[in-house]
This record gives sequence, structure tokens and C-alpha cells, in this order.
Amino acid sequence: MSPINEAADRNAAPLAPGETQKLKFYQKGTHTVGNRLVDVDDRAVQSSLDRSNALTCGHRACQGCGEALGARYALDAAMRATGGNLIAVNATGCLEVFTTPYPETSWQLPWLHSLFGNAAAVATGVAAAMRVKGRSNVRVIAQGGDGGTTDIGFQCLSGMFERNDDVLYICYDNEGYMNTGVQRSSATPPAARTATTPAVGDEPGNVFGTGKSVPRIAVAHRIPYVATATVADLHDLERKVVKAMSIRGARYIQIDVPCPLGWGSASHDTIRLARLAVETGFYPIFEAEHGKVTAARKIRKRTPVVEYLKPQKRFAHLFKGGVEDPRVARLQAMCDANIEEYGLVDHHDDDV
Amino acid sequence: MLKQIEGSRAMAEAIALCRPEVICAYPITPQTHIVEGVGELVRDGHLKNCEYINVESEFAALSVAIGASAAGARAYTATSSQGLLFMAEAVYNASGLGLPIVMTLGNRAIGAPINIWNDHSDAMSMRDAGWLQLFAETNQEAVDLHIQAFRLAEELSMPVMVCVDGFILTHAVERIDIPDQADVDAYLPPYEPVQSLDPKDPASIGAMVGPEAFTEVKFLAHYKQTHALKLIPEYARSFRDRFGRESGGLLRGYRADDAEMLVVAMGSICGTIKDVIDEMREEGFKIGLVTLVSYRPFPLAALRDALARASDVVVVEKSFAVGMGGQLADNVDGALRNLPVRPRLHSAVAGLGGRPIPRGSLHRLFRQALVQPWEGVHFLDLNERVIGREIHRTGKNRRSGPTAENILKQLAGGRPAEQGRPG
Ligand SMILES: Cc1ncc(C[n+]2csc(CCOP(=O)(O)OP(=O)(O)O)c2C)c(N)n1
Ligand code: SF4
Ligand SMILES: [Mg+2]
Repeated sequence: MSPINEAADRNAAPLAPGETQKLKFYQKGTHTVGNRLVDVDDRAVQSSLDRSNALTCGHRACQGCGEALGARYALDAAMRATGGNLIAVNATGCLEVFTTPYPETSWQLPWLHSLFGNAAAVATGVAAAMRVKGRSNVRVIAQGGDGGTTDIGFQCLSGMFERNDDVLYICYDNEGYMNTGVQRSSATPPAARTATTPAVGDEPGNVFGTGKSVPRIAVAHRIPYVATATVADLHDLERKVVKAMSIRGARYIQIDVPCPLGWGSASHDTIRLARLAVETGFYPIFEAEHGKVTAARKIRKRTPVVEYLKPQKRFAHLFKGGVEDPRVARLQAMCDANIEEYGLVDHHDDDV
Repeated sequence: MLKQIEGSRAMAEAIALCRPEVICAYPITPQTHIVEGVGELVRDGHLKNCEYINVESEFAALSVAIGASAAGARAYTATSSQGLLFMAEAVYNASGLGLPIVMTLGNRAIGAPINIWNDHSDAMSMRDAGWLQLFAETNQEAVDLHIQAFRLAEELSMPVMVCVDGFILTHAVERIDIPDQADVDAYLPPYEPVQSLDPKDPASIGAMVGPEAFTEVKFLAHYKQTHALKLIPEYARSFRDRFGRESGGLLRGYRADDAEMLVVAMGSICGTIKDVIDEMREEGFKIGLVTLVSYRPFPLAALRDALARASDVVVVEKSFAVGMGGQLADNVDGALRNLPVRPRLHSAVAGLGGRPIPRGSLHRLFRQALVQPWEGVHFLDLNERVIGREIHRTGKNRRSGPTAENILKQLAGGRPAEQGRPG
């Protein structure tokens, strides 16, 4: 028996002979939550006692929610990196709502929700309090959706960056205001259908604006660490969070988190879509330190953007009646530009 | 220690004596000298163990204070006018979360038209936000109220706004007694939060509450404010015992005992009103003043008792609800509501956007209330000629241009702009 299992056995409440263990529905047959209530033999790897389960089972995210997955891995990695000395500040949004209707909470770490647009500033305040109390070992994460980050929380975010406050800000980017029913944000891709960019009219879906890459804007602040990540590569995400926690000052990680409800995709396609976003060049995955891009994750198998677009109903109007909307070519051009800018494909083995 | 000192500087020193641990600063006139003052005290080492954070907006200022307070630190910020509106969402959030933040409000008018001078419309805009609101009559009281405010806030787990008249108090240089550190330390115990963010005892704070409990949560906030009605006089008494002077409390009377006419007012205007009362007393008028210190909680019972024997009550306030009338008068009306025989209530709005409130105008106002009472709200020293002309002018022409600019032109003796051309 491994030391972990021994410890588990000591903690498990003994069952009387003949007694069966009562489980709630969400505790059964799941390998996605760190369930320590089931018998030791039935436990999944996620229920390792080393795992903090900062975001534990019982929350109300949709099936296949990329945000729930990303948050869990990001916070567990941060908990490991800080020895559990971690406080989270959450902006309003899906993550806040699906984890905490009082009196229930899925958070196993100190957690504060204040408002939609102020998570970065509130986190600055928490970090200041820890410093002044002589508890600088307690670290702070602010987290929010793309709307809470790239739109309404942008001013507070930029202020926190510019002062280089000791906060890791994590943006769960599902490319829209999902909690209020899938509206457009400044992170919504061009041509995507949302409730406020409906698929009607001459140019259905979201406009082709100039785009707003908050990771790039974060790099322009020359903060110590910026990274993009994806739920398609959880080890990479964990590594980036651990790295971020090894640094003091303002840090920013933006994670691509597919949203089955908002994107009109199948729950089982969350990881596949996240991977396609990387392989098409749609979502460049890179790291930057002090204003300089230091690493980019290479594309393994360069894939045309249509393969990413087609499984998502938010882009269905681009392929209506079997005719491809000319704007697909513009989306492809965007991907190509990303690939060029970040050097996502090594030209000598370019297999396109 | 007695000092000849600017009000803002005195408040800064008083705030520093309260040992705040996190201070968030953002400039806006007329509050700016206060945060500059505390900033200097942090930088030069007078105020130790304090994080002074220059934020990018008032919304961030109060948000940083929210984070700091929720994590167990004593937090302070200050603002005025547009700044208070810019942080409005966080104002409600701080009280909803029960965080004992103290904020100075250097009272200033709200635009448009933009105006940096004093009135109370900023404080009134947040009167229902769940904060305690205390109004200082003098700079000495402003100093003293800050010290009481931290104690009240932390005892009640509620934020407190100390309202001080912009310029009239913030920029006045006068003799002020700055308390000793030892006395402040004895009066104000260290902050002991009822709940805080701590990895040793993880709690989720600020989650959603549905219809099944929201009413009760809100009722308890109201209940806490009614409890504050007891604490405010109690802490003012213990303040007097330690520091030897009267400051704070819910309200106080001036020559009120035998008064047939009572004036009700808040803030620095009470000084002028007292002078007018002294003059009118010499002429035989039985007139007195009730100075309201605590606007929130509103001391309904104490005010009713104070006003019950008067035959006339004149409310003089530096703010009004457009389309309705004076907010303070409305609240005073609420206090008088259930008296079997109630005094006549006269509502006057004065001093908007920094307009001076001269003694002569007050004399006329109080006399007029006796001999020629008015309906609704009276605007002290309203330039009726200008109003008449502007109403006439705008009635003539749809594209009549900006009213504010035309009024100023009239006052300068120029001609108002004609049609389509906003002068
Ligand atoms: C000031 C303010 N404006 C609007 C809202 C409504 N609102 C709550 S959550 C939300 C959408 C959140 O979107 P995002 O930040 O992207 O997070 P997601 O739900 O997509 O994870 C909106 C618009 C609010 N709570 N506060
Ligand atoms: S709407 Fe999207 S982000 Fe929100 S819980 Fe569902 S899948 Fe997750
Ligand atoms: Mg979103």
C-alpha cells in the first residue's frame, strides 16, 4: 500500500459490516472530481491526497465546461506551489456563480467575490493586507472571465499591472459573456454568433474589429510574467501556474476555455476544440517575461481553421447551405498571421 | 497638541493616529490634500506599517480597500463628488460585505455642469448605500469624527463616511487640537474582524443570496444601523471622557430648549446659523438650531424629541432631489410624521455648488417662514430674473443651446445666444 493510501485509510470513516456507503449522484462514477468518499480501490487518480481540490465537486457548471476544468487545474497547481497559502478573488461570472450559491461553496481555499469589474483591485488590496500583516507568504490570485477581464475589469487590471502588484491574474477566456446568456465581449472572435451578434443580416455574427489581445497588452506593460494556456494541455497550464507563483509582482495567465453552451459545441468536444484552437493558430500559446516573448508552443499538425469552426454552432452560419462564407478566409488569414507573428510553425518542417 | 493647521492636514494627522494599514489614494478636489497629507506621513515614517497605494480610479480605490479590509487590515480612502459616483458600485458592495472601511468625503457638488465647490449632493447620492454618514460641523469635529468612525465601523462591521464640507473645512487653516497617539490608542482598539480571508480557516465570502434570505440579510443591515443609534452617542461620550471635548453624537441643540422656531442643518453652515440665531435672539425671536451629525443612521426618535415642542421647523440643506425637493427635509418630515401636533415644516435649499450663504439671507429666510410660509422647497437667493429670462428664451426656440452657458453670459451682461448657435 502506498503511503498515500495508508493515510487515506486512516482518514476514511470505517463502515460497519454490511453497511453500504451512501453517495450523492455527483460523487459516483466520476473521474473528474477528486472524490475521496468512495472506497480506496475505486478512487481515481484525481483523489490523490496530495491534491488540494481547491475547486471541489458539487458545483453547477455545465457538462464539459472548460472554465471549471481550467480553474481546477490552475488553482490546484497554485495551491501546490504555495503550500496552500493562497487566497482567491473572483470576478462575477460563470465561475463565481456555478461554484458558490450560499450556503454551498466548492472552494476549499479562502475566496472572495466583490464585483464584476474590480477583481484585480480587490486582489491588490488582499496582497497589501498580507504584506502589512507580515504574511507575505500568503499569495493572491485574481480570476475572472474574459468579460470581467478584457472589458469591464480592464482598467483595474491595467492599474494592477502598472504598479506591479503581487497578484497572479487568471482570465478564463470563453470568448463571451456566458453567465448572462452568451453575449459578445471584446474577446469574441469575428463572425461568431452570440445573443448580441446574431446570425442574421448581411454579415451575420460578430464584426471584424481590430481585435483586443489582453495577453499582448499585458506584455506591453512589461510585467514579470505573461502566458496563454489551454485546457487541451493541462500539464503546460500547471507548469505555467507554478512558474507564475515562483515570481513576485504582477502576472497574467489567459486560458482558452471552450464553453459548450456558448459555443454550441458538444460537451465531449471541449478538449478537442481547445486543441484545434492551438493547432490552427487561432489561439497562440506563448510566454513572455518583462515585455519579451520568451517561448511559443509550436503547432504539431497545422490544421485549417474550418476544422475548428465547423463543430461549433456559433460559426454554423459560415457554412450555411454548404456554401462557405468568404469570411472564413479572413479567419484563416488571422490564424496565419498569428502563426507568423509567434513563429508557431518551424518552416523547415512545415507540413501544410 | 494645538496647531494652526489646514483642515485637510489635521484630518490626515488624525487618520494617521488611527493607524490605518492600507490607504488607497486618488486625487479629486477638494479631498486631495487629505490623501496627500497621509501619503507624506507614510513616506516620512510617521505612519508605520501602512501600505499607501496610488490607484487608477476611485472605483479601484474602494475596491483595494475592500480587498484589504476583507483580509483583515484597517483600510481608509477618501473622495468627493464625481469620485464617489465613480465608485458607487463598490460603495454598496463594501457595506453589503460588512467591511469597516472609513472614507472621508470632501463634500462637493455633482456635475454637469461640472463644479468643484461645496454642497452635499455627493453624500446624498449615497445616502441609501448602507454606510454610516457623519457630518462634521468644524475641523475639530472632523478630526474627532475620524477617530470615532474607525471605532464605530469596526465594532459594527460597517463602513463609515465622514462628510466634511469641501473648501469651507478642507482648505480652512485654523486652530485645531490634534490628539495624542497614546489617547487614540487607548480609545481605538486594534481591528478584530468578524471574518477574514485566511488560508488557515478558508471561507467563501461574497457569494450569491437568493430571495429566500435576501430580505433577512438586508433587515440585519438595517438592524445594525439602528444599533448604531445607541453606539454613536455612547462613543461620543467616551470620546469626551478621554479627550475632554464634545464631538459627534447623533445631534445637538443650540439655544434649542425654549425655541419656538428650530432650524435643522448639517455641516459647517451651522456656524453661520448660530450667529444668525444669536442676532435674532437679541431681537426677541425664540429661535434655535438642531445640528444633525448622524445622517445615516437617521435618528428619527432623537430628532422627533428635539423638534416636538417647536411650532416651526426650518430645514436648511445643501442638496435636493430634482423633481422632488430637499432630502433632509423629507427625512425630517418622516421624524415628525406621527406627532399628534406637529410643527410646520419649511424646506430651504441653499449653498448649491458653493454659493455663499450670507447671514442676511438666512435672516430673511427665517422671518419669511413665520410671516409668509411657502409651499414645497425654497431656493435661497435664487436669481429669479435670470431664471425668468432663460425660461422665456428657451421657450421661444427649440435649438436654444446650452442653458448653463447662457446664464453665465447673462450674468456677465452679454446677450444670450440666439437660435441654433450655442454662443
Ligand atoms: C457592473 C455589472 N455589469 C453587468 C453585470 C452582469 N454580468 C454578470 S456576469 C456577466 C458575464 C460574465 O462574462 P465573463 O466575464 O466573460 O465570464 P463568463 O460568465 O463568460 O465566465 C455579466 C455581463 C454585473 N454583474 N455587473
Ligand atoms: S455557460 Fe459555459 S462557462 Fe458557463 S458553466 Fe456553462 S459551459 Fe461553463
Ligand atoms: Mg466569458
